[in-house]
Amino acid sequence: MKKVFNLAILLVATIGLFVAATNSTKSGAGLEVGDTAPDFALKNIDGKTVSLADYKNAKGYVVIFTCNTCPYAVMYEQRIIEFHNKYAAKGYPVIAINPNDPAVKAGDSFEKMQQRAEAKEFPFAYLLDDGQEVYPAYGATRTPHIYLLDADRKVQYIGALDNNPQDAAAVTTKYVEAAIAALEAGKTPETTTTKAIGCSIKVKRS
Amino acid sequence: MQKIIFTLFLAILFLNACQESGNTKTAKVERAVSNSTSIKRIPGLPPIYERFEDLAPIFEQYNDTTYVINFWSTWCAPCVKELPYFEALTEKYATQNVKVILVSLDFPKQLETKLKPFLKENNLQSTVLVLTDPDANSWVDKVNPAWSGAIPATVVYKGDTNKFYEKAFESFAELEGIITPFL
Repeated sequence: MKKVFNLAILLVATIGLFVAATNSTKSGAGLEVGDTAPDFALKNIDGKTVSLADYKNAKGYVVIFTCNTCPYAVMYEQRIIEFHNKYAAKGYPVIAINPNDPAVKAGDSFEKMQQRAEAKEFPFAYLLDDGQEVYPAYGATRTPHIYLLDADRKVQYIGALDNNPQDAAAVTTKYVEAAIAALEAGKTPETTTTKAIGCSIKVKRS
Repeated sequence: MQKIIFTLFLAILFLNACQESGNTKTAKVERAVSNSTSIKRIPGLPPIYERFEDLAPIFEQYNDTTYVINFWSTWCAPCVKELPYFEALTEKYATQNVKVILVSLDFPKQLETKLKPFLKENNLQSTVLVLTDPDANSWVDKVNPAWSGAIPATVVYKGDTNKFYEKAFESFAELEGIITPFL
């Protein structure tokens, strides 16, 4: 009888652990380096729907969660434009996604995105994460937040563009460029994740 | 010269770590401030830390004070919204060994134009420090490995007990609710 009791305790404990493990995976949801990123279909500022699959000859994808209003996003705007102009031709286009709920941050509405893209002549797609389902699937937590995917949509790098948001001239390490150079050389990027200060993604309070 | 400063810094860190008695917390912060050379002093502004390593001692004060360290910026709307809750904490628990430190991440270019007038207008009672170290990847994990870098973010610790929140608090009651278990 005691044996059965012990067994029952063990079983309950095992289930408990399993549930805890499952929950912790869930709470840390999102992509890690090595995961395959999901494709999406989001509305671009020109009204057309854009998916990663639309980029037929891409050797990789530079998915950037960014927005109009975050000062860090603004500081990186020009650098992202230049990055796309340099790397899209090499097969690594920028796909920018605004993850913020415009109901919380009016400056990040679809119309404001269009205005910003027009004013700055964005050469890349600037999509609205309408319904806010894409950013949690990727695990983005801030703007800007970059995911470099290879041709198979496998995540190769997550983090910042470089190591100095405030001053492009003072940058000493360009993380995404280095990661692409590694991929081009058939190697694994040396730095696969970096952290950066950024704005929280704006979500309606439940 | 740099080596000497670094050694000094390490020595200070070590001394701080060895001192376990209470009531010396603020003194420690100030000592770290006055002994380091990369901390800028500009009239009308809080001490400006250009390197995280000089700020690091505020996360390593092991005594009977509960430290509430909030990362914020004048340009961060949710941060500004929750500041009054931290101020209320300072006011209500001043005599109960609770020390609130507000670490501003305002940009160097905007310290005079944004932070200075903001501080003047709001007359904050909590300790305010400025951190301008741009290489966040080198220090975000040192604050807490769970931090992605988004602000607002808040560290609460006392001795070895440490909690981290990457979120905005909705009310004073919510913030107070996470502090009281430390008291």
